[in-house]
Amino acid sequence: MTQRIAIEVTVNGTPYRREVEPRLLLSDFLRHEIGLTGTHVGCEHGVCGACTIRLDGAPVRSCLMFAVQAQGHAVATVEGLAPSPAELSPLQQAFRDAHGLQCGYCTPGILMTMSAFLEENPDPDEEAVRHALSGNLCRCTGYQHIVDAVLLAATRLKGG
Amino acid sequence: METRLVGRPVTRNEDPRLLTGRALFVDDVELPGMLHAAFLRSPHAHAKILSVDVAAAKARPGVHAVILAEDLGAYWQPGPLLVPPPPIPGMVFNQRCQVPLAKGVVRHLGEPIAMVVADSRYVAEDAVGDILVDYETLPAVGDLEAATAPDAARVHADVAGNVAAEVRQVKGDYGAARARAAHVVRRRFWYDRGASVPMETRGIVAEWDAKADRMTVWDTTQAPVVIRNGLAAMLGLSERQLRVIAPFIGGGFGPKMMMFYPEEVLVPWVAMRLGRPVKWIEDRLEHFTATTHERGQLHEAEIALDAEGRILGVRDAFLMDTGAYNPYGLTIPLNSQCTLLGCYDVPAYESRFVAVFTNRTLCTPYRGAGRQHGVFVMERLLDAAAREMGIDRTEIRRRNFLRPEQFPHRHGLIYQDFSALTYDSGNYAPILEMAKDAIGYDRFLAEEQPKARAEGRHVGLGIVCYVEGTGIGPYEGAKVRVQSSGKVTLATGIGTQGQGHFTAFAQVVAEQLGVDVRDVEVSTGDTDQFDWGVGTFASRGAVVAGSAAHGAAMAVRGKILKLAAQHFECAEEDLVLEDGKVSIAGVPGRAIPLGRLAQMANPLRGAVRPGTEPGLEATSYFGPEMGATASGVHAMVIEMDAETLRPEILRYVVVHDCGTVLNPLILAGQIHGGVAQGIGNAFFEQIAWTEDGQILNASLADYLLPTALDVPRMELLHTVTPSPFNPLGAKGAGEAGSIPVGPLYAQAIEDALDLPARGIEITEIPLSPSRLWEICNPSG
Amino acid sequence: MKPAPFEWHAPATLDAALALKAAHGEEARFLAGGQSLVPAMNFRVAQPAVLVDLNRVAGLDSILASADGSLRIGAMVRNARLEADATARATHPILAEALAEVAHPQIRNRGTIGGNLSHADPASEMPAVMLALGARFVLRSARGVREVEAAAFFVAPLTTALEPDEMLAEILLPALPPRTGSAFLEVARRRGDYAMMGCAAVVTLDAAGRCAAARLAFCSAGPTPVLAPRAADALVGSAVDEAAIAAAAAMAKEEVDPMGSVQASPAYQRHLAGVLAARALRLAKARAA
Repeated sequence: MTQRIAIEVTVNGTPYRREVEPRLLLSDFLRHEIGLTGTHVGCEHGVCGACTIRLDGAPVRSCLMFAVQAQGHAVATVEGLAPSPAELSPLQQAFRDAHGLQCGYCTPGILMTMSAFLEENPDPDEEAVRHALSGNLCRCTGYQHIVDAVLLAATRLKGG
Repeated sequence: METRLVGRPVTRNEDPRLLTGRALFVDDVELPGMLHAAFLRSPHAHAKILSVDVAAAKARPGVHAVILAEDLGAYWQPGPLLVPPPPIPGMVFNQRCQVPLAKGVVRHLGEPIAMVVADSRYVAEDAVGDILVDYETLPAVGDLEAATAPDAARVHADVAGNVAAEVRQVKGDYGAARARAAHVVRRRFWYDRGASVPMETRGIVAEWDAKADRMTVWDTTQAPVVIRNGLAAMLGLSERQLRVIAPFIGGGFGPKMMMFYPEEVLVPWVAMRLGRPVKWIEDRLEHFTATTHERGQLHEAEIALDAEGRILGVRDAFLMDTGAYNPYGLTIPLNSQCTLLGCYDVPAYESRFVAVFTNRTLCTPYRGAGRQHGVFVMERLLDAAAREMGIDRTEIRRRNFLRPEQFPHRHGLIYQDFSALTYDSGNYAPILEMAKDAIGYDRFLAEEQPKARAEGRHVGLGIVCYVEGTGIGPYEGAKVRVQSSGKVTLATGIGTQGQGHFTAFAQVVAEQLGVDVRDVEVSTGDTDQFDWGVGTFASRGAVVAGSAAHGAAMAVRGKILKLAAQHFECAEEDLVLEDGKVSIAGVPGRAIPLGRLAQMANPLRGAVRPGTEPGLEATSYFGPEMGATASGVHAMVIEMDAETLRPEILRYVVVHDCGTVLNPLILAGQIHGGVAQGIGNAFFEQIAWTEDGQILNASLADYLLPTALDVPRMELLHTVTPSPFNPLGAKGAGEAGSIPVGPLYAQAIEDALDLPARGIEITEIPLSPSRLWEICNPSG
Repeated sequence: MKPAPFEWHAPATLDAALALKAAHGEEARFLAGGQSLVPAMNFRVAQPAVLVDLNRVAGLDSILASADGSLRIGAMVRNARLEADATARATHPILAEALAEVAHPQIRNRGTIGGNLSHADPASEMPAVMLALGARFVLRSARGVREVEAAAFFVAPLTTALEPDEMLAEILLPALPPRTGSAFLEVARRRGDYAMMGCAAVVTLDAAGRCAAARLAFCSAGPTPVLAPRAADALVGSAVDEAAIAAAAAMAKEEVDPMGSVQASPAYQRHLAGVLAARALRLAKARAA
């Protein structure tokens, strides 16, 4: 008999109630139970960073958590970054302006990582950005334009 | 036209969707009643399948089907030969293509044996674990030299010596060249396997709509039209009944162009049989054995030079690991064979290769597609020759460059596109000079390196040249239409995997039609929108499909002007097409929006004039007779930790000539990404095989993709030598960044550690700190 | 790559967690941060029938410092929190230095120190650091509580001295004496990867600037984290000058027993042990002075 657990998880400010198997990964819950497919899955062993979300503000791998563990917690995903459907956040806009994405598959995880990074490090240098980025793999860009985008966003967020 | 759009760093049209999580990737497709597939894959490199027991799997709740090879009936057949070999005299080619599910024997790790379809992927994987298989393991073929021995174990029982192909191509008389050479260098080179590892693995969703009598397939393919045509034939459907969509694709790099991957034929088949949508998403573990690899070549090469270091001839013989099956024909080894000649004038060339079947994952083109092997061999030969002859390494290259007046240059070999290998245009010496200036070559050798060495630092420089055959045929097409809203649509058949096609093609069209680049909506990779074309490969999207888009836009421009001239009762020459409307030059206020013209061209009453087509629409095709040859030089300064043998790249310069640049922002991204993959291939990535054909590093924790800390900031410079063979003057750029990085690392590391002075040369790729330590300490 | 089914329990108290583990024994695994266990489950290398999730257990996540500078660290303290903890950075700075090398921030935000140590991966940084610091571990079960030396905790690759009903509940770090310096250095292929070789060095100088005590420990150096007592003892009484460091590094190279990996041959690893021992000792000595 398969165990099913009722959970309530707040995602981007909206509470979602579902009954799930304990083994359901949080990444699959977000993508396939509540249809927020912006969070991507690249390895399911915690290395690539594509599935990075923010759990109570902290970037974590959603493929290394079970959905049941998110009960009562606040999850933020890429779908919640933009202030409105017609606008981009400063970080998203900087990624567009600096061509910080190509295929875009790794991008949501990088945005979630770097949004947290910039909150804690509003004035980073390139070395700090590269360190912060090193837990997210990108196969298309060679990272240079991503680094440029994060530095551009930092400048703009400071009002520069 | 006042505003040139082509050549400007336009930000991308596709980005808002990608940045907000709204872009559709294959795994984002959710359909009512959808089932999920998982595969039982061979745990052995080579084994007989004695029995398979699926009873427990079938009995598991939630399981809808368990399919074995014998369940497929007549549908079970080897895949087609995707790329037949070109007609090269004397060639041997043994075609052995992959099958949907193994029958009786498995020939590589991960070869699928059974497909399970269940309510969820979780349950499908549970059921895969229920299947019991009895194997009798067979000797695994891996080592290339051992594989070709007469008594070697055989991957295919009827192929002696595991010879998949044998090709010899010759120009000039190498024997005579060698006889009069002042200096000959002979070396053995090894260039090992890598994998493309896009961040998105492969995936496929198939839905059979019985009422509409149609099937829709979402596929992570680089070649949706080709897949549609082939799959329709296999499934007994008309092409109209099958729609293949390659939506946003999370990176391709070559291996997402195959025909067919087993899953690609099985998922649609089972969806039709069950009458339910079925999804299969490759997981990362599967990816390392089930998605094709590339590389694995062993070269014995020799270069003959005169006393001034001018190349008299090159002879090369190499073995090429083609994996267990060879649906991709000879693309990779022919690329190696042809690209080896590089930027250089080589009067005599003798090249022979044997493609070898092994009990390993199939090899198909991956970014560079064998070009880097040829470049590695030639650049390393020149480095050795320069050193032995006392000639500066850049000088020996300069002396041997093809000169501008030698273009178009016919090499007299047959290339992967079946045409005679011909370089369209090029001017190599200025590129090398720019690179030397940018990296500070003379100052580095005269001042910086001696100073660093005096301080006990190990700093070295690398500088290497390459060419890349790009933009080959046969053709691509594009359809451009002005909508009644005034916005423009462009549809093309190639798939897109991040190359910015939504923007670059929009620029080409917007420039011709005088509209805002944001008002050109590009559709790629949906056979319902456009279903002629071949695919995205060989750095050809921008060149071939871009030229087709250009042609279609030109034709629509002609229709617009013709109709507007009728409307205004003026000459076409007096009309100006800009800001989304047509106006008469010098007559302010006399203008008509494109949308209005589109409506006039598609009237509800009245008559469209005889000989006129309705609408402002045109379709155009472009088929280059031969490709466009891009070229470039990479240079870097590296510092080695002499104790740990970890490198740090201090500077990295790319000078690149890819003809007319459509969008410098996108081009820079392509180069950056190529270099990053080149760095991966040169220093991080290597499939670690055991002797019995197991992979030791089938995870992203162990197969090392470079991170943001492993890829340096790159300085990019460009020269422009337009291609005469396409209307845009463009050359491809997708693969260029990755091609020369192997020899660049080898040369720079040798220089930093002063290895030649110790009698040590680097003749293999990839490298690693551990491998370098072994190379530097051969006695342990 | 989806985990096999399991029964999930998320007790609120330590007693309840220990009772569950006692009831299910080896069929059950504790789930702490999950950053090693969940990947293993996704690969189906690990298929526990029962998971006892510790994330809702109260009282396992404190970092307590005594006046003498010793530390008690709860097993469920997240690695990122330990890395950032001002007290721990002051009393045992090698913790933050080594934690910075443990995977990436996203992993450290979730992973716990207790989970890391209980996983007992010989390539992992923190077990070696625990050996270098002379840590003691508090093991709890429904039967009671016991303490073991860190060196006795690590038994074999992925194998600890924990009984099937036990959990690692707390880590006790003795205070570092005055004039003590420490350093953690590693060589990995990429930032955040498991080290090809890692070295933790702790050096205490006497008032005259001579070595009063030293400890050297290595990761990726054998089936468990490896102490190099001969090399460390040889330093005692020396001025920790280049000659003494070179001699100790040469000994350490002989004391490690690297097994080789996809990334590094055993010979290269052994070579690195010497290189890193010398570098870490230099750094630790400079920090002690």
